[in-house]
Amino acid sequence: MTMGPAERLTPLQSMTCGLIGILLFLGIWSGLSLSGVVPHQFLPSPYDVASRFVQLLSVQFAGATLPQHLASSVMRFSYGFFLGAFIGIPLGLLMGWFRMLDEIVSPIFEGLRFIAPIAWVPFAALWFGTGIGGPILIIFAGAFPPCLINSYRGARFVSRPLIEAAQMLGTGHVRIILEVLLPASTASIVAGLRVSAGLGWQSLIGAELIVASTGVGFMMSQAQLDLATPTVMSAMVAIGLVGLLFDVALRWIETAVQRRGLS
Amino acid sequence: MTLSSAFPLCQARVSLGQRQTDDCIRASGCLSSGDDDGLDATTAQHFRIPGYPEMSRRSVIGLATIGALFAIWCLATVPLRLISPGRFPSPLDVWISFRQVAFVGYANGLLYQHVLHSLQLVVLGFAVAVATGVPLGLLMGWNRKAEALINPVFLFIRPIPPLAWIPLAILWLGIGDAAKILVIWFAAFVPCVINTLTGVRTIEPYVIEAARMLGTPRRRFVAEILIPAASPMIFTGLRLSLQASWTTLVAAELVGALYGLGRILNVAQQDIYPGMIFVGMACVGFFGWAMTLILSRIESRSLAWVQTARSH
Repeated sequence: MTMGPAERLTPLQSMTCGLIGILLFLGIWSGLSLSGVVPHQFLPSPYDVASRFVQLLSVQFAGATLPQHLASSVMRFSYGFFLGAFIGIPLGLLMGWFRMLDEIVSPIFEGLRFIAPIAWVPFAALWFGTGIGGPILIIFAGAFPPCLINSYRGARFVSRPLIEAAQMLGTGHVRIILEVLLPASTASIVAGLRVSAGLGWQSLIGAELIVASTGVGFMMSQAQLDLATPTVMSAMVAIGLVGLLFDVALRWIETAVQRRGLS
Repeated sequence: MTLSSAFPLCQARVSLGQRQTDDCIRASGCLSSGDDDGLDATTAQHFRIPGYPEMSRRSVIGLATIGALFAIWCLATVPLRLISPGRFPSPLDVWISFRQVAFVGYANGLLYQHVLHSLQLVVLGFAVAVATGVPLGLLMGWNRKAEALINPVFLFIRPIPPLAWIPLAILWLGIGDAAKILVIWFAAFVPCVINTLTGVRTIEPYVIEAARMLGTPRRRFVAEILIPAASPMIFTGLRLSLQASWTTLVAAELVGALYGLGRILNVAQQDIYPGMIFVGMACVGFFGWAMTLILSRIESRSLAWVQTARSH
């Protein structure tokens, strides 16, 4: 028990440990694959996955190259995500201000919230076929709740004196919402957007696995039917990278907002 | 418009003025609610219906909203035909579908068999994830070297959403139960590890120092200090894990399964059977809610000491 959580490693130590960790991970993976303990078809080596990934950048699979599939997924994602944000954030702020609205919307929202976004797939297919509406509905189902909850919480926790000062000066409802509640809850809203993006992206992938004719999820399900494990893994890497990109972008916005809030 | 005129059924008596309660609400707010407890707020305002227990204004309006929605649903489907029955079921369709799946069977089994199958898988996958994730989180939280070693691998794997593991799990293990458990494990493991790690990191240093000074043996240290002190965060992780597990299982069953709620949804989608889709979704929502409720009951039971400790 010599090490405790209080004792930190030097940057060099943690870098070495990290490197050893990654190498160990890749080593075990390639060991299992190359030694034939696990059949090569089921667990291709990291090198196979990397070369397949590079190959997929220019070679078509399931009707398009990997970047093309990714592009159609990202396009759907942005429709659903922005729809969720454009409805969720204003509604959350309004619910935080007008109590009657809160009391009317909350029970409906609470009832729908526990339905996993992916469970909307059958209705999405029924209502929209394989059109763009279906995936948007499912991304919306994933991205909307965090937007609403966070802007609602943000609006509810605005410090009381701020609101009272605004009210005393005779500020109207619209201006209070736009000029007091919205700025004060921005940090909470951006945090909600990050959760939204993660959930929306993952719901889209799930939806594409089930009903789609383009997109990375569709590509994965086709590769799975073909027993093409390296392609499945390449798609997973691509999905992870894009998800990471969204998260990094939103985190950057989050810190920018916080910094502006402090100054 | 007074509330009693809006809800004449209840003969409600409002004890406080509108403006005043608005202030109470904003002041008391829902700060007390935890991370993900929804939009509940405590109110000071109550309705008294003779012969019935007191109801808050919130629940009265909530019930009225649900009632109104139900009425709209009934009216829009059958008498007015605003929604075509091929797109959204009427309440009667839902009832017929429910009876069919509950008593005759649909998609290889009766409703209770599907539900039990899904619940079993979730509980099993979740238990495996907790049994592996919490100890790893404790280790990573306690030992900086272990964290530095494992964290990069995590950074590598974490951005891949759990649902993206489904095709690989099917390739490896087929569409049986083992693949589902693997996918649930992927979904539930990460939140368990991260929250446990954070929990260990937030332990007050003086608690650890006191234990050390008293020469607490390692096993007792882990069981009596590390785990209890990290448990509020561990429970947050468990809650996130459970939700992720349920979503992932439903998705995995939609992609390919022989039993389960996702299987009902999948078959209903292929049969273009809106009533059954509705029943499947309602079950997904209901059991998701019920599991979260049970976990939060367990949480408040086992964390009762945190509240007591804070109030002293």
